[in-house]
Amino acid sequence: MLEVNHISLTFNEGTPDEKKALQHIQLKLNKGDFVTVIGSNGAGKSTLMNIISGALFPDVGKVTINEKNVTLLQEFKRSNYIGRVFQDPMAGTSPTMTIEENLAMAYSRNKKRTLKLGVNKNRRAFFKSALATLHLGLEQRLNAKVGLLSGGERQALSLLMATFTEPDILLLDEHTAALDPSRAALITNLTKEVVEKTGLTTLMVTHNMQQALDLGNRLIMMDKGQIILDISGAEKQALTIEKLLHEFQRIRGEQMGDDRAILG
Amino acid sequence: MFISIFNAMESGVIYAIMALGVYLSFRVLDFPDLTVDGSFVTGAAVAAISIVNGVPTILATLFALIAGFVAGSLTGILNTKGRINPLLSGILMMTALYSINLRIMGQSNIPLLNQSTVFTQLRESWSDLGVDQALTNMLVSIGIERPPSTWSILIIMTIVTFLIKLGIDFYLKTEMGLALRATGDNEKMIRSFSANTDHLKIVGLGLSNALVALAGALYAQYAGFSDLNMGIGMIVVGLASVIIGESIVGTKSITRTTLAVVLGAVVYRIVVAFALRSQFLDTGDMKLITSGLVIIALVIPKLLANHKEIQRKRKKRLALEKQMEGEHYARS
Ligand SMILES: Nc1ncnc2c1ncn2[C@@H]1O[C@H](COP(=O)(O)OP(=O)(O)OP(=O)(O)O)[C@@H](O)[C@H]1O
Ligand SMILES: [Mg+2]
Repeated sequence: MLEVNHISLTFNEGTPDEKKALQHIQLKLNKGDFVTVIGSNGAGKSTLMNIISGALFPDVGKVTINEKNVTLLQEFKRSNYIGRVFQDPMAGTSPTMTIEENLAMAYSRNKKRTLKLGVNKNRRAFFKSALATLHLGLEQRLNAKVGLLSGGERQALSLLMATFTEPDILLLDEHTAALDPSRAALITNLTKEVVEKTGLTTLMVTHNMQQALDLGNRLIMMDKGQIILDISGAEKQALTIEKLLHEFQRIRGEQMGDDRAILG
Repeated sequence: MFISIFNAMESGVIYAIMALGVYLSFRVLDFPDLTVDGSFVTGAAVAAISIVNGVPTILATLFALIAGFVAGSLTGILNTKGRINPLLSGILMMTALYSINLRIMGQSNIPLLNQSTVFTQLRESWSDLGVDQALTNMLVSIGIERPPSTWSILIIMTIVTFLIKLGIDFYLKTEMGLALRATGDNEKMIRSFSANTDHLKIVGLGLSNALVALAGALYAQYAGFSDLNMGIGMIVVGLASVIIGESIVGTKSITRTTLAVVLGAVVYRIVVAFALRSQFLDTGDMKLITSGLVIIALVIPKLLANHKEIQRKRKKRLALEKQMEGEHYARS
C-alpha cells in the first residue's frame, strides 16, 4: 500500500544550521494498517508526513503508493490518494466559507473540478448524513461560516473532510494536540470510529503515549531522524508506557528524563 | 446638479465592472494585484485601436477582455512559476504594460469621438423604444431643468454589470469557484484536497484583469478616447469601491458582497462628483480625494468599533459598581 524506501532529508545542508531531519527511513504499511507514531520534539515525525504527502521532497529515497512511484509527484496530485489533518484547527478548513461549502470543496478531492455548483440537493443530503456521524449537531448548521466554529468542531470537520471521500492513506499530525482534554478525547474517538468504519490506512503522530498505545495495530517510535522502534500485533497489545520507556532507554542508552515529560 | 449625479452614475456602473475584478483579486484570492493600473488601459487601448481599424465594436470589446485575461495570467505566472512576491509581480506587469499599451495604440492618445462605439450604436437602436422620451417628460414634470440626453447607457450598463455580478456569484459557488476561494483563504489546505493552486491563481488573476480590461474598453468608448495615462491610480479607485461598498452594505454572503462592490463603485463616483463641485477642489485633486476616501473608509469603522467597545466596557463597569454599592448598603 504505502512504502517509504531509504528516505533521507537534510535541511540547510553544508551550513552551520545543517539538520539531518530524516536518515534512511524504511517503512512499509499494509492496507488497513493503523500506525501510531511517537518521538520527541524534532525527531522528524512531521517531516516524514510531509514527505509522504508531497509537501517536501526527499534528498534520496523513494515513496510508493499502491505500487506507484510518487516520490516526485506534486503535492496537489498526490492528495488524490492522501487525506490529511493538521495540528492547527485553523489549518484544515476555510474559515470564510460555510460548512457545506467546505465539505463540497473536500468532496471534489478525487474528481475534476467543474463549473457545476459545488453544493446541490443530493450532495447536501449526503453532507448532512456525513455530518451527523460527528454527533456535534453540525448538520443543523450547514450555512454557518466555519470561522465561527470552535477548535474542536473545526477539527472534527477537518477529520470528516479528510476522510469522507475515502482516500487510500490518512495522515494525522498531532491532530488532537491543540484541543482541551475533553475535545481531544472526542476527536480521538471520532478518529477511531472513522478508521474502523472505512479501514483507512492511517499514520497518526501523537505526543500522547497512552493514545499511541490505545489506538492502532502498530506503533513506531522515531528519534533523531530514524525509526528506532517498530512494534505491531500482539506485542503492541501487550505494550505499556513503562515498557515503552524502558525500550527507548535500552536502544538509545541515554537518560530520557526530559523526553518522558514530553512523550507522556 | 442632477446631470452631474447622472453622469457619475453612468461612469459608476462601468467602473463597477473594474471594481468586481479588483474584488476577485484582492478579496477572493487575497492577492494585492497592481496589474490593474496597466490592464485597464490595455482594455481601452485594444478596443480603441480595433474600433479605429474597423473591427465591429462588440468584437473590439471582446478583444480587450481577452487581452486583460492574458495580462492577468502573466502576473499569475510571475507569482506562481517565477516565485516573485504578489505585489512585485503586479508592479512589474503594470510597468511592462505601460510600454505595451503605447505599442498597441501607437500614440499616447486615440480619440474615438467620431467613431461609432457600442454606446453610439446602442443609442441608435434605443431611441426607437421611446423610453428616453417618457423618462425625460417625467423629469421635466418634477422640475428638473437639464434632463440627460439618453438613458440608454445607464440602463443597459446597469443590466450588463448586474449580469456580470450574477455570473461571478455563480462562478464562486461552482466546484472551481470554491477551490478559488479556498486558495485565497487557506492555500495549504486546498492543496491537500488536490487543487492546483498555481493554476487557480493564474486563472483567477486572468479573470480579474479581464473584467478590468472590459471596464477599460467600455470606459474608453463612453468617454470618447483612450489615453496612455487613464489607468493611473485605478487600483485605488477599485479598492475604494470595494471598501466603501463593503462598509455600507456588508459582507454577509458572496451575493451581498458583490452587490456591495457594485454599489460602492457608484457611490464612489457620486462622492467624487460632489467633491469636485466644491470651490476648493479641481480635477487634479481627484487622486487625493480617492486616497482620502479609502483612508476614511478604512479608519472610521475601526474607530466606531473601538468607541462601541469602550462604551460597552464603561456600561459594564458602572453596572458592576452599582451592584457592589447595593450589596454594601444591604450589608450595613
Ligand atoms: N523547513 C525546515 N528548515 C529547516 N529545518 C527544519 C525544517 N523543518 C523541520 N526542520 C528541522 O528538522 C527537524 C525535524 O523536524 P520535525 O518537524 O519533523 O519534527 P517533529 O518530530 O515533527 O517534532 P514535533 O514533535 O516538535 O512536532 C527539527 O530539528 C526541525 O528543526
Ligand atoms: Mg511535528
